[in-house]
Amino acid sequence: MASTKIHAIYTDDDILMQAVKDTRAKHYHIEEVFTPFPVHGLDKAMGLPHTRLAVTSFLYGMVGLTVAILMMNFIMIEDWPQNIGGKPSFSFLENLPAFIPIMFELTVFFAAHLMVITFYLRSRLWPFKKAENPDVRTTDDLFLMEVLVENNNIEEMAQFFKNTGALEVNLINK
Amino acid sequence: MYTLSGKLKITAIIFMILGAIGLVYAFATAPTSIEEVKEILAAQEHHGNHEMAAGEHAVAHGDASHDDEHAEHVLHQLQNKPWAALYVGAFFFFMIALGALAFYAIQYAAQAGWSPVLFRVMEAITAYLLPGSIIVFILLALSGVHLNHLFIWMDPDVVATDEIIQNKSSYLNVPFFLIRAAIYIIGWNVFRYFLRKNSLKQDEANDNSYYRKNFKLSAAFLVFFIVTESMMSWDWIMSLDPHWFSTLFGWYVFSSLFVSAITVIALVTIYLKSRGYLPYVNDSHIHDLGKFMFGISIFWTYLWFSQFMLIWYSNIPEEVVYYVTRIEKYNLVFFGMVAINFLFPLLVLMNSEYKRINWFIVMTGVMILVGHYLDIYTMVMPATVGESWFIGVPEISAVLFFGGLFTFVVFNALTKAPLLAKRNPFIKESEHFHY
Repeated sequence: MASTKIHAIYTDDDILMQAVKDTRAKHYHIEEVFTPFPVHGLDKAMGLPHTRLAVTSFLYGMVGLTVAILMMNFIMIEDWPQNIGGKPSFSFLENLPAFIPIMFELTVFFAAHLMVITFYLRSRLWPFKKAENPDVRTTDDLFLMEVLVENNNIEEMAQFFKNTGALEVNLINK
Repeated sequence: MYTLSGKLKITAIIFMILGAIGLVYAFATAPTSIEEVKEILAAQEHHGNHEMAAGEHAVAHGDASHDDEHAEHVLHQLQNKPWAALYVGAFFFFMIALGALAFYAIQYAAQAGWSPVLFRVMEAITAYLLPGSIIVFILLALSGVHLNHLFIWMDPDVVATDEIIQNKSSYLNVPFFLIRAAIYIIGWNVFRYFLRKNSLKQDEANDNSYYRKNFKLSAAFLVFFIVTESMMSWDWIMSLDPHWFSTLFGWYVFSSLFVSAITVIALVTIYLKSRGYLPYVNDSHIHDLGKFMFGISIFWTYLWFSQFMLIWYSNIPEEVVYYVTRIEKYNLVFFGMVAINFLFPLLVLMNSEYKRINWFIVMTGVMILVGHYLDIYTMVMPATVGESWFIGVPEISAVLFFGGLFTFVVFNALTKAPLLAKRNPFIKESEHFHY
């Protein structure tokens, strides 16, 4: 019975939000919610833990900054010392202002790209992957809440979701 | 309605009295003769570097009369010092009021939905615009009648020997300078007067006509503001170094006054909330102010660096002299204030959660205000007191005096109107604003 699920389908994001709150209050286990667009505040309503993507982004930024510093030092100072703006000081620190734009850009580059890649990995997304959404209408105009039945009474649950304003309530057995 | 607490009033008045006493002391003890300066110089062990006297107006040093000329130079700097301290303090608090008015006008022009619960706080801060700008104008006028030598291009003896200033004298002359200052100040204050008046009338209105008037006024003010603010920064600050010029200086001063003003809005809001006022302000509003503090601090750094790097890279003597003075004579404050204004808000306010914690905002806000005071300080001082700087009685007294006056005027203005702009068309959205 563990994999028996109920799919409740809604037509409006406000109704969905209220339904998510009610479902949580009833202590039913929401497995996942599929929406055609990002719904503001849905993650909080579902009780999802706060994302740690920002932390990874900060760390990737630090990696980018480090790479930029080492790279500029190697290229411009050590490997082939350059005359920067008439200032052939051959010192990283004295030429620092010229390197700051590069340090900034690489910080942003690393933070942005690696954060996106992390997001894909964490969401188990890759090119040509078959879509996971159970109902293609969620890519158009419907909202789908997937709830585990567990040990609850199916009739009672179905009635509950009808009452929350669901357009359809489907029982899925896998 | 807010009532001014006796404690706050007395604190503000004590600050003003202490500041006034300190300023009187500073003016009274400024050296008046070369002999006094020589005594001061003799008392200082480490005056070996003084021949490097900054400032393009330094007279050529002859060998025989070198000591006398040097002492005279230091005399002028020390005589300027209390004036410059007064000017920095007056300008700093004035620019907060001006920045708050710009922020307020942006809220109207953008039809922002989150901020109307903060309108009365912003309006109260702009109440200091009138006294603040009049004080600055008086100081400029006193420079114009040669009571001090803050602006060396006002000195006919200097202009007579300086071809670069002569070429600029159709713009940089005292009457035109004061006329321009009067135009800016009258313009800002007229806009402020009508914006405030319409905002109060909107409270009792049956339709949104006053709101629409303020929308149009705000849009007009912002156009007027960005032009006059830019010219104001050339006139009142950049012309202290009359040989030097930077095309983004207006933006640079703007970012400084803008971030200071947003910080003060946040601090006043948090103070009022801690006293049980402003029940509609929630932590999402503080969060948004925190985002602005964070964002504009980074914007300020971007402009600081843009100005610095281009001048450093091109290395043209007439431009680079500005930074040479600051790096050689003001190294600690000059780079210290960049660290305070950039690294501190960057690291403390980067985390989303921290922008909702009031004491984080207060702590960062105080640091931002200190940093931007030092920013104005390093813009004004190198040209006026050169290497004879230190942060002592005049500087602290000026901050105390104007800080006290600012607090008094702002919190007094808060008592004049209800703290909620209740009939603003966006007030419901603002009350329910939630991030």
